[in-house]
Amino acid sequence: MREILSGNEAIARGAFEAGVLVATGYPGTPSTEILENAVSYREIDSSWAPNEKVALEVAIGASFAGARTIVTMKHVGVNVAADPLFTLSYTGIKGGLVLVTADDPEMHSSQNEQDNRNYAKFAKVPMLEPADSQECKDFTKLALELSEQYDTPVLLRTTTRISHSKSIVELNDRVTGLPVPALVSNAAKQVMLPANAKVRHPLVEDRMRRLAEAASTMSINRMELRDNSVGIITSGVCYQYVREAFPQVSTLKLGLVNPLPVKLIRSFAEKVGRLYVVEELDPFFEEQILAMGIGVTGKEIIPVCGELSPEKIRKAFAGHGIEAGSAVEVPEADAGAIALPPRPPNMCPGCPHRGVFYTLNQLKAYVTGDIGCYTLGFLPPLSSMETCVCMGASIGNATGAVKVVSEDEKKRVVAVIGDSTFIHSGITGLADMVYNNAPATVVILDNRITAMTGRQDNPASGFTLMNEPAHRIDLSQLCSALGVKHVRTVNPFDLEETRKALKEEMERPETSVIITNKPCVLVKREGVFKKGPLFAVEAEKCTGCRACLKLGCPAIQWKSGEGKNGVSYIDPMLCTGCDVCRQLCKFDAIGRAK
Amino acid sequence: MKGQTTNILLVGVGGQGILLASEILSETFMLAGFDVKKSEIHGMSQRGGSVVSHVRFGEKVFSPIVPEGEGDILFGFELMETLRALPLLRKGGKVVANDLQIPPSSVLMGKAAYPEMVDERIREKFPDFLLVDGQRLAVKAGNARAANTVLLGAVSRRIDVAEEYWLQALERMVPAKALDVNRKAFMLGREF
Ligand code: SF4
Ligand code: SF4
Repeated sequence: MREILSGNEAIARGAFEAGVLVATGYPGTPSTEILENAVSYREIDSSWAPNEKVALEVAIGASFAGARTIVTMKHVGVNVAADPLFTLSYTGIKGGLVLVTADDPEMHSSQNEQDNRNYAKFAKVPMLEPADSQECKDFTKLALELSEQYDTPVLLRTTTRISHSKSIVELNDRVTGLPVPALVSNAAKQVMLPANAKVRHPLVEDRMRRLAEAASTMSINRMELRDNSVGIITSGVCYQYVREAFPQVSTLKLGLVNPLPVKLIRSFAEKVGRLYVVEELDPFFEEQILAMGIGVTGKEIIPVCGELSPEKIRKAFAGHGIEAGSAVEVPEADAGAIALPPRPPNMCPGCPHRGVFYTLNQLKAYVTGDIGCYTLGFLPPLSSMETCVCMGASIGNATGAVKVVSEDEKKRVVAVIGDSTFIHSGITGLADMVYNNAPATVVILDNRITAMTGRQDNPASGFTLMNEPAHRIDLSQLCSALGVKHVRTVNPFDLEETRKALKEEMERPETSVIITNKPCVLVKREGVFKKGPLFAVEAEKCTGCRACLKLGCPAIQWKSGEGKNGVSYIDPMLCTGCDVCRQLCKFDAIGRAK
Repeated sequence: MKGQTTNILLVGVGGQGILLASEILSETFMLAGFDVKKSEIHGMSQRGGSVVSHVRFGEKVFSPIVPEGEGDILFGFELMETLRALPLLRKGGKVVANDLQIPPSSVLMGKAAYPEMVDERIREKFPDFLLVDGQRLAVKAGNARAANTVLLGAVSRRIDVAEEYWLQALERMVPAKALDVNRKAFMLGREF
């Protein structure tokens, strides 16, 4: 059977075919769909963990009991999971364990574009990098086998263009006859006290030596000799770009990107004339090849920042005497087209965050931000966010700010954080805020879902990834238990109530928490999000004051040609009836649609 | 010389159903026996931002993204986004677009104007341009929401793949209860 699968779907399929029993992770673009697809295979126990560190720890537990496991996250998620990862490198595994790191060159949906190949070298674990969906599936299976063969966790690295591209994949059946998991005592190997860890470290070094040796004959490291005057060493999606740009050049395609196949690289270098490396982001191959004493050109011509593309590679090689693969006529850029108004993302119509940011802007709050849909509160017209660093950072950022600014300025400091992000890594920040007595205000934007990545459940949403009902964390009680004395819940669609709560808590010289209680409009689960009766503008009453436009609701349009000064218009196809705009109109021009 | 790969770009606004349309295209080409790759960016773009989906098919496809300036067919779901994507097309490329304007936030807020004479500007650069009133024809087929399928029908006429594969792909990708309307919408589009 052949199917068109995305890289993520193919990884899930590979996990299924390889007999994986446990799949876990934390949502993060571009990795999210792996688990969303794993859950369709009933043989796999699939779950969202509260964060990447917990996910990896769960995977380790399952692996030590003998199960094949896969754990998924985006590149920055590996920073969170790095602590267990580095020691897991020492303990090794029992059931195969694969950690998928989905990197995001170009930062399509991320705060940085770190190159996670560095983690493989740093943590001394092997890493595979597939170049299309078929390889995503095959490499997932191979990674699990290598994991068991070499007693090591294996990293599988994708990039956005691999995770979210689709190509044809040949499907196979699930393997059978794998050992049944059970508790086995193997304390010396799994308890990393110094005495035990000292025994493990040399084994890690030896393992990487053996792997590097074997790498030169692994079929996933593939020398393709064509025109030998030029040779390009590459991997992942860059291999596809190179083939597209220069179909005639010889390539060494690396499937195992750590450790490198030294012998194979030497023999490739000997067979070709000039040697190049084409890799996205860091000079990861290049530096190691140079260290082997082999002359190679890489970042001198290939950009370090952003993702590559066939045309970027062609441009980089201009003047290097390589024949390009295509010579189509490219029309000159249309200057008019470039001057078009941009189309940035925006919060949905009826998003429960909108009124909160509107109010924060009105109150001139200094908002430390976090990661989620609400980061869009940075954009105009809401324009109310001063920081956004990493998951959970808003609370610590606020604590730090109030440590040093004047009494008056302390009052302006407000941290905003979503429910999922709060559970991911905000709880410890809040414990610190209370413990060290920082008088800031924290707003937990509880919309009952992990929205930005496309609606994933979390411990505060009341359901699991497998769609079973689950305990729903009571955020208000949790904050009280951490010692916050002033915890209140507000309806973010009631601007007066929201403003009053924010004002009072900002004034208060103590830690306080405000929890908003309206769900994301995209939650499909019955009884959570309900569309209200729609609103409309009475054109005769609208004075064209533009007050409602300060919300930036996509349902509200400005009609400049109408009325004396222009009028607002609400698109009934988009309005969800949240009622927020009505409260902004001083002329009663906005009311229930008739 | 250019190889055997055909490059299709689908552009519009997040939430318009571009992903499903590009899946139907890909499925069609696979059924017709070609190698296929398709690529787009999810994430932030889903919140009403610009979306570009790339679909490529041929004997053997390498890059999942269409090299800039090598698009053969531009399939536009919204006019300004179609205009924005013109630099991705090769000279002589074909354009099929839905006659629909979705104002971006700056226009909604009255801070910028929606570009004027978009269709003339497109036709000037790419004479092989078809503007389709997708909504109207979709209503004729039985459901305004099938506008994308009308467009797909119009696009299908510009691609050398037998009708049976398109219909098979529709059958596989569209929910059973919406299939009849979508088949009708597709055939209406195919008349262009
Ligand atoms: S997906 Fe939900 S949380 Fe995100 S912008 Fe839309 S309504 Fe708001
Ligand atoms: S009620 Fe107003 S603010 Fe809410 S969705 Fe409708 S138009 Fe937008």
